[in-house]
Amino acid sequence: MSQEITIDENFRMPPPEKVGQEPGSLTSIVQNLIFTVDHKKLGLMYIGSGLLFFVLAGSLAALMRIQLAIPENKFLAPDTFNQIFTMHGTTMVFLVGMPIIFGFANYLVPLMIGARDMAFPRLNAFGFWIFFFSGLLLYFSYLGAPGIYGAGSAPDVGWFAYSPLTAKAFSRGHSTDYWTISLLLGGVGSVATSINILVTIFCLRCKGMTLGKMPLFVWMNLVMVFLVILALPCLSACQIMISLDRYLGANFFDTQAGGSATLWQHFFWIFGHPEVYVLIMPAFAIASEVIPVFSRKPIFGYPVMVAASVSIGFISLGVWAHHMLCIGMTALGNTFFVISTLLVAIPTGIKIFNWLGTMYGGKIRLELPMLFCIMFLFQFLIAGLTGVMLAVAPFNWQLSDSYFVVAHFHYVLIGGLLFTIFAGIYYWYPKAFGRMLDTRLGMAHLVLFTIGFHVTFLPQHFLGFLGMPRRIYTYQADRGWDLWNFVSTIGVIFQAIGLLFFVANLIYSYWRGRKAGDDPWDAWTLEWATTSPPQEYNFAELPTVRSRRPLWDAKHPDDPDWKHE
Amino acid sequence: MALRRQNIFDARWLGLLCSCLLVLTGRSAFGQDGGEMRRIADIFAPLSRPSEMILEPTVLVLLTSLGIFLVVFFLLAYVVWKFRRKGPDDDIHEPPQIYGSNNIELAWTVIPCLIVFVLVLVTARSIVEIQNAPMPDDAVKVRLVGHQWWWEIHYPDLGIVTANEIHVPVSKRDGKRRPTAITLESADVIHSFWVPQLAGKTDLIPNRANRTWIEPFQTGTFFGNCAEYCGTQHANMLLRVIVQEPEEFDRWVASQKQKPAAPASALAIQGKADFDAISCINCHSVDGTVADGVFGPDLSKLMVRQTIGAGVAPLNSETLRAWLVDPQAMKPGCNMPDMKLTKPQLDSIVAYLETLK
Repeated sequence: MSQEITIDENFRMPPPEKVGQEPGSLTSIVQNLIFTVDHKKLGLMYIGSGLLFFVLAGSLAALMRIQLAIPENKFLAPDTFNQIFTMHGTTMVFLVGMPIIFGFANYLVPLMIGARDMAFPRLNAFGFWIFFFSGLLLYFSYLGAPGIYGAGSAPDVGWFAYSPLTAKAFSRGHSTDYWTISLLLGGVGSVATSINILVTIFCLRCKGMTLGKMPLFVWMNLVMVFLVILALPCLSACQIMISLDRYLGANFFDTQAGGSATLWQHFFWIFGHPEVYVLIMPAFAIASEVIPVFSRKPIFGYPVMVAASVSIGFISLGVWAHHMLCIGMTALGNTFFVISTLLVAIPTGIKIFNWLGTMYGGKIRLELPMLFCIMFLFQFLIAGLTGVMLAVAPFNWQLSDSYFVVAHFHYVLIGGLLFTIFAGIYYWYPKAFGRMLDTRLGMAHLVLFTIGFHVTFLPQHFLGFLGMPRRIYTYQADRGWDLWNFVSTIGVIFQAIGLLFFVANLIYSYWRGRKAGDDPWDAWTLEWATTSPPQEYNFAELPTVRSRRPLWDAKHPDDPDWKHE
Repeated sequence: MALRRQNIFDARWLGLLCSCLLVLTGRSAFGQDGGEMRRIADIFAPLSRPSEMILEPTVLVLLTSLGIFLVVFFLLAYVVWKFRRKGPDDDIHEPPQIYGSNNIELAWTVIPCLIVFVLVLVTARSIVEIQNAPMPDDAVKVRLVGHQWWWEIHYPDLGIVTANEIHVPVSKRDGKRRPTAITLESADVIHSFWVPQLAGKTDLIPNRANRTWIEPFQTGTFFGNCAEYCGTQHANMLLRVIVQEPEEFDRWVASQKQKPAAPASALAIQGKADFDAISCINCHSVDGTVADGVFGPDLSKLMVRQTIGAGVAPLNSETLRAWLVDPQAMKPGCNMPDMKLTKPQLDSIVAYLETLK
């Protein structure tokens, strides 16, 4: 069945820019974003859409703080408030935290290991778009979610959606289905992207980069994607089971039909606790790059840092029921989870000391990325210690589900993760856009946001001590909660103004920022060997490395690292 | 034992300090029947076991954490200050490149291990002491059933059913101990029992009977909240525990056991007829009448309670009337519908309900 192939001599491939619109026009930019499979563009799209959702979920938080500023406030109706804290939590975890950390991994992992792209570029694009549409689907619940209970019914079951509150009997209409299906889709995207990052790290490292010579950023992201691949399918299983419950009468969690309410909690937290480490591991990753470069020293105890990260990953798979110390487990069960949880404190403590050890004896350049990392160390120290407190079961019986817990995980996720994300943005923005972020705007951002953060969340520890439970839309004036709630709300104003400076800086510096050059920080990992921004193919010639700091070797041929490692 | 007492004593001082720091706006007042109103639910001012027992490991872990915080914080501040870049001269040479040190790493691995080891032992002891505390045979037994958004309270041994306010006798440290053993169940979704000055949280989970206990050493009305998000009115699912002298408690028990007296005034008689005729009785019970609904709170001794709507407002003629006019205005989303009572029905039913004591 062979067929003769003739070549049309007159046929010419049209030049690429003529296929769509003129270069630089809006449509061509949009087309560019939609069609791209470049890991750097996808990385920036992840971070950009994460920041958009961050603004959205942050505004929801501000509405909640307004409602709680004074007792018996009538600003929000109870159902509205319940929808808002559900959307805030769900958005911050799944549509802000996850995409931004995937964005950093996407952008930086191939560059740091000396590869031209991810292992599966199209899977990468798939992962991004399915995440993006899962976010749109979740927010569509505000417009859609029709049915006999009317439009505008966003999910209101809390971000961990305890059964049987999600059963048909207690959650009518479709709001819970929006939550379920959106997270199911987002989970598919996260697992796809994680597999992609995993394969990239294992298969595409440049010549000479053994596992022991990978930058710590890559190591910690490796632990992160392992956790995603192990934990997220549990969440997906949850979502499938709850959908079966709601529509096919499966009765996994429906207590009125003999199902188990605590089963949901086990499934959810087997995902949910590793998820916390999924979110904090990239924070460690960024800090482990920024701190050495600005201290002008290699990371202190590289093998120990790797071991600590891996053991945190392992232990985190066995601590889930510390979220459930109040459900009436036996004393033995409670004790087991107290022990496993307290064990996490050991590798985490080692990390903090190693970062301090890196700074010790250095010449610390107090520039913005480093300042954010120093604040991270301070705040993560507090978050870690309140975490140790909450691991002590009797303390937990008093303070779980109180504002103390709210304060604790905001110190982890804002004080820990978000501050390092800011550090990362100030550090790598010059690489991605070729221009430095403005220092004065950045300082305003740092100072205002730090003040606002502490003013908002420090008093919430005290509210917990005073018996204020979380997720209440109102409280009476005589419980002693007025003052600290008011203070907490004031803090939001500072945070918001700080963020305005940040956004202004991102936009202003894109056009007016100082030209960065290829290596503005005098750093040591491979991404700084590319142009700023890097070419689509990253490296004209794939690099060969001999140590963990290839650019140090290049800059100090007299005393290269590989002589010491 | 002497050592334990000492600990509690120290903890109280710390608690007092924390309370002073925290409760800048604290107020307490004497109610009519409930003794002192203990509105500030400060975990550092426990007035009952097991909250007192919880305070011991709490203080230990707080002080340990404070110690670690101070050490690491000053280390961080010192390092940042001491090793900061002092000027352009610092850019000429890189600092000595140190890659690590096994001895130092070992030191800061072993020390946290020791701290964790101590915390585990203390916590394990405390967990067992609290969870497995033996209850004497004469302990008051309470069965607490959570509903969206109120608390159903049974005293199975005494044959009493009430709502939203648990009455218990006080224990004497050197005399008669009368702890209360509480069984926790739920009729719908998960709720959580939390009265910070008396006991930590235990969840009320459908299809499951959890247990907790309290042994208060001070009289008064203690405030608590539902501590697990349970839907629209989670915020107004408030709980009060009224701790009374034993004689006072016995009087309360005796009065609760009596059937409510038949209404005497013409208006109240009309009210009872209205109450029984319209759908009130589908959800509410009144002892000794046709009203035997189980979806809403038992109203047999309604007027003895301090509040209405699970704590949403103090109970008196005005709030009772306002509640009947439109429960959805006072507690939006609650499961009691607006009954659309006419003015005469409203007057008569309020008159009838006011006889229920």
